[in-house]
Order: sequence, then structure tokens, then C-alpha cells
Amino acid sequence: MGATLRAAWHIAVKDIAIEWRTKTAFASGLVFAVLVLAVLFFSRDPTAVSAQDIAPGALWVTFTFAAMLGLNRAFLIERELKALDGILLTPAPPAAIFWGKFGANLAFVGAIEAISLPLFVLFYDVPIWLRFGELVLVIAMATIAFVAVGTLLSAMAVRTRYAELMLPLLLLPFLVPPLVGGVQLTARLLEGRPLSDLAGWLKLIGAFDVAFVTAAALLFQVVLDE
Amino acid sequence: MTLRESGARIARLGGVVTAVALLGVAAVYLRALKYTPVEATQGAAQKIFYIHVPAAWAGLMAFVVTGLLSILYLWLKDRRIDLAAAASAEVGVAFSFVILTTGPIWGKPIWGTWWTWDARLTSTLFLFLLFVGYIVLRGVLTDPGMRGRFSAVIGIMGMILVPFIHLTVYMFRTLHPAPIVLKPSRPSLPDDMLTTLMMSVAVFSVLYVGFLMLRYALGLLHEAHEEELADAS
Repeated sequence: MGATLRAAWHIAVKDIAIEWRTKTAFASGLVFAVLVLAVLFFSRDPTAVSAQDIAPGALWVTFTFAAMLGLNRAFLIERELKALDGILLTPAPPAAIFWGKFGANLAFVGAIEAISLPLFVLFYDVPIWLRFGELVLVIAMATIAFVAVGTLLSAMAVRTRYAELMLPLLLLPFLVPPLVGGVQLTARLLEGRPLSDLAGWLKLIGAFDVAFVTAAALLFQVVLDE
Repeated sequence: MTLRESGARIARLGGVVTAVALLGVAAVYLRALKYTPVEATQGAAQKIFYIHVPAAWAGLMAFVVTGLLSILYLWLKDRRIDLAAAASAEVGVAFSFVILTTGPIWGKPIWGTWWTWDARLTSTLFLFLLFVGYIVLRGVLTDPGMRGRFSAVIGIMGMILVPFIHLTVYMFRTLHPAPIVLKPSRPSLPDDMLTTLMMSVAVFSVLYVGFLMLRYALGLLHEAHEEELADAS
């Protein structure tokens, strides 16, 4: 267990270090997130629908798209020069590769979300400070769901000829529960509704996290098998 | 027996099963249209229920079979199991298409709208899209081992996803008729209608088996052809 965690840590640090050197994927992911937030602002009739009404949806669609970009990148960097074969040759167990990638993806997607959240407040003028702690919890729970399924599916998608196309096609159906839950919870939090109004959706995303983190970790081995 | 021989045999058998099932479908249509009473409030539109519900049953069964065969494939690593799982997924997509077309046709006169984001419609739509993704994924993978493993992963993940999607859209809101057959108390359907429905469910199950056999046989023959090509070169 200790060895797996240590190996996972090294893989995650390696991925973050590669990203840190160029920051290309991060910069483009961030610009993309800002673009989506801005474009969605105009996807309504301003005389009939206020920006606040579509704000939760806009936030989560942005997060979903940004996560998809980040997840695609995770294994693309391993495809060049067959870097993944190199990792597989090391004594690191397959579980370590999953958790390492999971950690790095979580950091990547989390960082984009952390920067787009203030921009979201700026653009949509929403009172996120009202229930900031709970909102962060919801974002964290849904992000774990996105990244767990995404890490597994991107490891598969990248081995196909149409990686950029296959990942969204396979991943989006799986993002429906956390995405819908995220939108519902955000809307309730922005309206300052009581905690009892949140319980159902929180339980749903929590159960999703447990089920899919477990399933993804177990099935990852199958994807790596040669 | 070679792949080609067993493929040809299953194809013949599947052809017979499918033909019997199609005759059954014709008989059920006849019974539903001519010998089953017209529903009091919905009128003739309710007749589509005898196709819609059995198709939903067959489609769901197809996806469950795909999920179970996926687990079995990862365990036994037999290529034929992978072919059977894929065959079931394709047949499931075909039945889902029937559900997704007959539903709106009924919905327009009864609900007054072609489409609504109701729990069961939405679940079916996402399940349909998920398995379309499954088939597309199989199409872009050339290595049979990788194709088998990757599609098994999607098959298993899909099976876990179904209850979550259903719960999600259910919590969002629902409009679909409440269960009238599969519920704790007695089915609230007149005996005539229930008999027709049950006959239709049976016929659609046989139709599913027939389609599955034909598609599986096609997969086997395709494999055999690929092997012959590989041997020849």
C-alpha cells in the first residue's frame, strides 16, 4: 500500500511538472473556460431571463468542458514516444498509475475551476459567498466524479485513432448524474436554501463518487493489460 | 467445428427463431388491434403500448446481457463472449430506437408533446447514446484483444450507471405513467389487455434471441473471414 501510494505520488508529480514547464494545456484550458462562460452569458434573451437564472448551468457546463480538455491531455502526453510503456516497465503497480493520473487530473481540473470561479462571479454577479464552504464541497465532489470516470475512459480513448472525439462521446453519458446534481445544488446554494434541500442530491453525488472511483480503480488494470 | 461452420449453423438456427418471432409479432398485432378492447380514455393511441413496453423490455434485457457478458469476458477472456456481448449491445440499440420512436408517437396525442424530459425517456435516451458510443468504440479499435477489453469496461460501467441516471432524472422531475404491471399489488390492467401485453413481451423476447443469434453468427463469420485473410497473406 505504501509503495503504491509513493509510486502514485511520483507519477502525479511527474505529470504536474510536465504541465508546469509549458503550461500550454493549462493556459488553453483556462482561456477555453472563460470563453464558454462568456458565450453562455449570451445564450439567453436578456429581457426575459436574467443571467443569475442560467448561472448554475453555465458554471457546470464550463466545468464539464474544461475537465474534458484536461482529461484528454492526461494520456496524450503518455502516447508520445510510447512513454506509457516506459511507466509500465517500472515496478510501479497498475493501481499506482491510476491513482497518480487521478491525482494529477484532479489538480489540473481543480486549478482551472479555482480560477474560473472568481471569473464566474465577475461575469454573472452571483452571491457565492453566501454558502461558500458548501459550494466548494459540491464542486469537489462532482470533480472527483468527473475525474474518476474520465481517467479510466481517457486511458482507453487515447489508444484509439480518434481520441479527441471518443472521449466526449464515451464520457458525457457518465457525467449526467454529477452534472445535473451540481447544477441543482449550486442553484439551491445561490438562493440560500436550507441544508435539508440539498441532502438528496448530495447523497446521489456521494454514492456516485464511491461507486465510480471504486469501479474505475478496479477496471483500470484491465485497460492497461497488453 | 471451425468458426465458419458454427457461424453458419447459428445463423440458420437464428433465422428460424427470428422467422417464428416475426410471425408471433404479426399475430400479436392482430390480437392487439382486433381482439383487445380499446382503452376508454386514450382510445386507439393506447395500442402502441403493446409494442412500446415489450420493446423496452427487450432493450433493457439486451443491455443487461451485454453487462453480464462483459464481466464474463474479463474473467474467461474468450473472444466469442466478446462477440456475443457486442451482438447484444447492437440489438439493444435497435430496440431502444423502437422505444424512442414509439414513445413520442404515443406522447403527442396523450401528453400533448412529442418529447418531455421525463425520467424514463431521458434514461432510455442516455442508455441509447452510451451504447452507440460502445459500438463506435468497437469500430475504431482494430486489435481484437483491446477491443474486447475496452468494450467490456464500457459494458460494466454502463450497467453501474443505469440506476444513477434513472435516479437523477427521477429527482429532476417525472411525468411518465406510474408502473401498471410490475408493482406490488395486482396489475391494474384488464385481463384482455394484460394477456395481449404478456404475449407481446414473450414474442419480443424470442425476437431478441433471434436477432442476437443472427448478429452473433455474423460476428463469428466476420472473424472466420478475417482469419482466412490472415492465413492467405
